[in-house]
Amino acid sequence: MTEFKQWEGFEGRIWKEEVNTRDFIQKNYKPYAGDESFLAGPTDATNKLWGALQALQKEERAKGGVLDMETEVVSGLTAYGPGYIDPALKDLEQVVGLQTDKPLKRAFMPYGGIKMAEQACTTYGYEPSPKLHEIFTQYTRTHNQAVFDAYTPEMRKARHSHIVTGLPDTYGRGRIVGDYRRVALYGIDYLIQAKQNDFANCGDGTMTDDVIRQREELALQINALKGMKQMAAAYGYDISQPAANAKEAVQWLYFGYLAAIKTQNGAAMSVGRISTFLDIYIQRDLDRGILTESEAQELIDHLVMKFRMVKFARIPSYNQLFSGDPVWATLEVAGIGMDGRSMVTKTDFRFLHTLENMGPAPEPNITVLYSSALPKTFKDYAARVSIDTSSIQYENDDVMKPVWGDDYSICCCVSATQTGKEMQFFGARANLAKCLLYAINGGVDEKLGEQIAPHYAPITSEYLDYDEVVQKYDVMLDWLAGLYVNILNLIQYMHDKYYYEAAEMALIDTDVRRTFATGIAGFSHVVDSLSAIKYAKVKCIRNEQGLVTDYEIEGDFPKYGNDDDRADNIAVDLLRSFLEKIKRRHTYRNSEATTSILTITSNVVYGKATGAMPDGRKAYTPFAPGANPSYGAETHGLLASLNSLTKLPYHWALDGISNTQTINPGALGHSEQERVENLVQVMDGYFDQGAHHLNVNVFGTEKLIDAMEHPEKEEYANFTIRVSGYAVKFIDLTREQQLDVIARTCHKVL
Amino acid sequence: MAQTPTGFIHSVETFGLVDGPGVRYVLFLQGCAMRCQYCHNPETWAFTQDNAKTPQQAFDAAYRYHNYWRNNGGLTVSGGEPLLQLDFVAELFRLARQKGVHTALDTCGQPFAPDNAAWMARFDALLQNTDLVILDLKEMDEEKHRVLTGHSNGNILAMAQYVAQKGVALWVRHVLVPGLTDDADGLRQLDAFLQTLPTVRRVEVLPYHTLGLFKWQNLGIPYPLDGVRTPTDAEVQAAEELLHVRAYPDAPKE
Repeated sequence: MTEFKQWEGFEGRIWKEEVNTRDFIQKNYKPYAGDESFLAGPTDATNKLWGALQALQKEERAKGGVLDMETEVVSGLTAYGPGYIDPALKDLEQVVGLQTDKPLKRAFMPYGGIKMAEQACTTYGYEPSPKLHEIFTQYTRTHNQAVFDAYTPEMRKARHSHIVTGLPDTYGRGRIVGDYRRVALYGIDYLIQAKQNDFANCGDGTMTDDVIRQREELALQINALKGMKQMAAAYGYDISQPAANAKEAVQWLYFGYLAAIKTQNGAAMSVGRISTFLDIYIQRDLDRGILTESEAQELIDHLVMKFRMVKFARIPSYNQLFSGDPVWATLEVAGIGMDGRSMVTKTDFRFLHTLENMGPAPEPNITVLYSSALPKTFKDYAARVSIDTSSIQYENDDVMKPVWGDDYSICCCVSATQTGKEMQFFGARANLAKCLLYAINGGVDEKLGEQIAPHYAPITSEYLDYDEVVQKYDVMLDWLAGLYVNILNLIQYMHDKYYYEAAEMALIDTDVRRTFATGIAGFSHVVDSLSAIKYAKVKCIRNEQGLVTDYEIEGDFPKYGNDDDRADNIAVDLLRSFLEKIKRRHTYRNSEATTSILTITSNVVYGKATGAMPDGRKAYTPFAPGANPSYGAETHGLLASLNSLTKLPYHWALDGISNTQTINPGALGHSEQERVENLVQVMDGYFDQGAHHLNVNVFGTEKLIDAMEHPEKEEYANFTIRVSGYAVKFIDLTREQQLDVIARTCHKVL
Repeated sequence: MAQTPTGFIHSVETFGLVDGPGVRYVLFLQGCAMRCQYCHNPETWAFTQDNAKTPQQAFDAAYRYHNYWRNNGGLTVSGGEPLLQLDFVAELFRLARQKGVHTALDTCGQPFAPDNAAWMARFDALLQNTDLVILDLKEMDEEKHRVLTGHSNGNILAMAQYVAQKGVALWVRHVLVPGLTDDADGLRQLDAFLQTLPTVRRVEVLPYHTLGLFKWQNLGIPYPLDGVRTPTDAEVQAAEELLHVRAYPDAPKE
């Protein structure tokens, strides 16, 4: 058993025998059931630093969304010396460390693909060094190059028609959450030792592919750990030993995360479940009388300020998929332990309180792991902050805990992953709506007029017959699932090979569990289309080529989102059918296949590529986001819509089921107290029935319209809204996306 | 009752938070005899019979939401005018009471018939299973009331007294229309009347709004309040003070 003097006062043994952060947390955290009255406001230092950062953000927006970009240096752990928010205020920063040498300056990250890295620069008027081009095209390869070298013609066609899209073949796959807490708890030297021990015990000497690959990966991980020490040393910190106090714990943990965001530009770069862990250190210092509440809050405020600064250089097509410059620095609070104790600590309150001390913000993507059994004081406080800031999302701990335990993190928007024990292969999503149109048109794309899928027999009748459509759709869906999984197998293979996440994987167990995340786009439109075909009459309108390009619906039909089992059963069957088709396939590194109903803001892009649907959706218009019902489909109010969602079994979509709802404040109650009570009640009812996720926005459509028309108004500078699985500053969305958000149902009662 | 009464339903709102305490399932029944000039649901006036349900069917549909009600919510029947489908509502509330569901009746009181013994017996049966009556008191002055709604207010005021005398809780609503229902004298009269009703637990001033105007246009009915403005916050506040809304036990929590 190892002992460090930095561990004085901590209980437990197992976590001293092995790297085991969960055991440390469970043996040492103190649940807090009180209210928010203990919280402290922002310190003078916080106000100054946040003021400086806001000025930079304003400048960034004025310059078209990018403040500064690197054009000479390839990003890496030790590529830069230290950087600060404002050199004049650097002594005020309780937590230090930037991705580059300057605040909000975007690093050059070519390993995902040199073309994208270059295009990101030129889009914003920067010229990357030709030397970099030479190196990454002539002397080494990138992930993107490797994937495209290996793609089959069929895969290229599917990508071209957008039946599969948003694939991580041009950017980092992300979604791998290192257990950054390990840096604080153990110090780097102990972690290196543990990995060296794994290296020594890797295989029995027979050099199979698996063993060779693992040995190479372990070597990369050990190098990354050494690099982290150097990176921290540049800021004057020695992180080889465990953190001795709260300030060090916050700083060490952040260095772990900083290593990840210096080396990877993944779509989602989550922080993980850190609040209960950090509370143990803060509480120890408070008990020792060496930290005040104000200082504790300042540490959390400054850490969150750093999470608000994470930036990556992106290309326009990426921004269309994931609008508003998100990084998904997702950070969880609350949850219930396996032993039934609430995991809410004072630091869970402190993280929510950052939204009051520094105002609303899209990052970090604060996620409450919800259960109706959480302390009422915490639920009320979270609801109040939600109503005031629309910056929080809720995910059901009661359905996730049985699958992932009590130390999971959310690695993107809604995808759970066991912290430090697991990694995910992120795989975007397949367009199930377009697939239905392929079933009707025999694999010919309704927009391009080209044969994309195999030439199966099209439907030739004037009116669609339910049984015929279902049978043809099943065959086409099977084709799509097979192709989709194989595209992902290829992408994940190349990503491991050319853009391995050494820094994150160094903070995850060597014996790692891998999940293979697929996803669904266009969910509600397939459900409503099948319902229309079954319960109304749908007539095909064909063009001169004989392709069905539009539909006429005669009669009414039940729609998903109204708690009507006729439509909702179709939804459940669709999810089951797709998952079965995915699970049947071989997945890379024997990973476990999962799926999600989550589109992020890509519902706009997917919709743009997809023709008219039998549910009445017009051609090339946005899909409903995630698992949301279609626009205008909900006619029975919010709770009917929520009830439809509760019918989708979470364990069939372990990668998450996203639902975004906007409630008019006036419709939520007469006073703030009533609004808080009512919102908590709605969430208790929703999550007790087994639903997975809820994004809560509380504002009226009028505010959105005004913000769209007058983005210059001071009050809208930080106006944050929740979209599918994350939050954005509304004024950072494109006008098209703003209109899309406005068009979605706002639940209000006349 | 020999035959199960059928209810004709206009629509439902599963997420009603302002029509009774807590989270409400609001059932809007079809049909109303009043022609209030500021009505925001004129599409519920006609006595169409498209969407028929038995009380059991209507209750089962509502009860799917009991997870959201806990001990702070329940079922509200509104309209249209629910008292025009009295037997349906009575049976629906009986079923709700069996399951411990809080019941609220949102009515304008116009069908109340104190001189009709048979009607009163049916009404008593309804009240037996009613936890709350939400009553619109539009105007104290008989003549003004006739102009505003096309009906007398005599039986409506009588109903308020009757419900209070039966010990059933009351929420009273008054729609504030500038120049029409906002004169101080009228409000004082209303206040004096409310003071005589021992079971009033909340009084609400609802500012007149024009959000329902498009419905009149869609229905092709001329809108009698064309050009009337919505009241200012100060006017609403003044009316609330005259009506002593904060003095009632169920006044919205600050």
